[in-house]
Amino acid sequence: MKAAVIVFPGSNCDRDIADALAKICGMQPHMVWHKDQDLPEGLDLIVLPGGFSHGDYLRSGAIAAQAPVMRAVKSRAEAGCAVLGICNGFQILTEAGLLPGGLMRNAGLKFICRDVWLKVDAADTIYTRSYGSDAVIRIPVAHHDGNYTADERTLDKLEAEGRIAFRYTDPEGNIADTANPNGSARSIAGVLSANRRILGLMPHPERLIDPIQGGTDGRPMFNSLMEAFA
Amino acid sequence: MKARIYIMPKSGVLDPQGKAIEGALAGLDFVGVSDVRQGKVIELTLSETDATRATAEIDAMCRKLLANPVMENFRIELIS
Repeated sequence: MKAAVIVFPGSNCDRDIADALAKICGMQPHMVWHKDQDLPEGLDLIVLPGGFSHGDYLRSGAIAAQAPVMRAVKSRAEAGCAVLGICNGFQILTEAGLLPGGLMRNAGLKFICRDVWLKVDAADTIYTRSYGSDAVIRIPVAHHDGNYTADERTLDKLEAEGRIAFRYTDPEGNIADTANPNGSARSIAGVLSANRRILGLMPHPERLIDPIQGGTDGRPMFNSLMEAFA
Repeated sequence: MKARIYIMPKSGVLDPQGKAIEGALAGLDFVGVSDVRQGKVIELTLSETDATRATAEIDAMCRKLLANPVMENFRIELIS
């Protein structure tokens, strides 16, 4: 397995994701600066990490989406390379047009930093296979702009094509407004591209991979990736 | 050529900031206020002097970067 983590000015989860890839997948990812034009050859996975790239100026992820390296990320994505965007990485993927929809200010206007419950809606992907269908997991979120929005037609299409990877739920796996932390349309926490190789999600699986962090519900995502690219 | 660009959340897209402002106005006893929306204004100066070409250039800027068409509309105003 060969991976790269893109580092933007203001990324702050780049080392967490590198650590998760090292500890679980047993590989050291290439750290690629946003101004680089090229990516290493033969990558299986590109990660856009969490953080506050460019201080969230204009819109979260809007400036990073135009970074020089993003041209290479787009061409690799088109060639079928897996791309994982976590939190700010998800915002960047939507701003870059690699995933549909957008992420607006949280409905409650507050920055939310706590664990949330998620249901694995699509378990047939390189990211989620190890969870199993309908698994309910606990993963932290830490964002101000996580309110997923798209027009009704796009939302219907995502549902029909099974491209909603994760939804916010209560601890029993029930979808409810009270279990939706940020007002996301249809409780969407993560979406997939049409070829199911690109995943964007607001929660941070890389922050819960070791019991010392208070849980290990993030680990199966990295186990899934390791199996996919073994 | 100076221009001003107004970027607003699309109608139909929930604008939580607008809603919060509306609530605060009601709290200050301003009655009969509704449909509060919050957007942003960007001003810039172009070396282009032709109005049609300037508008086309700013339109491209809005589509590529300044606005997100998923959730925002924009309006271009040429000032001088």
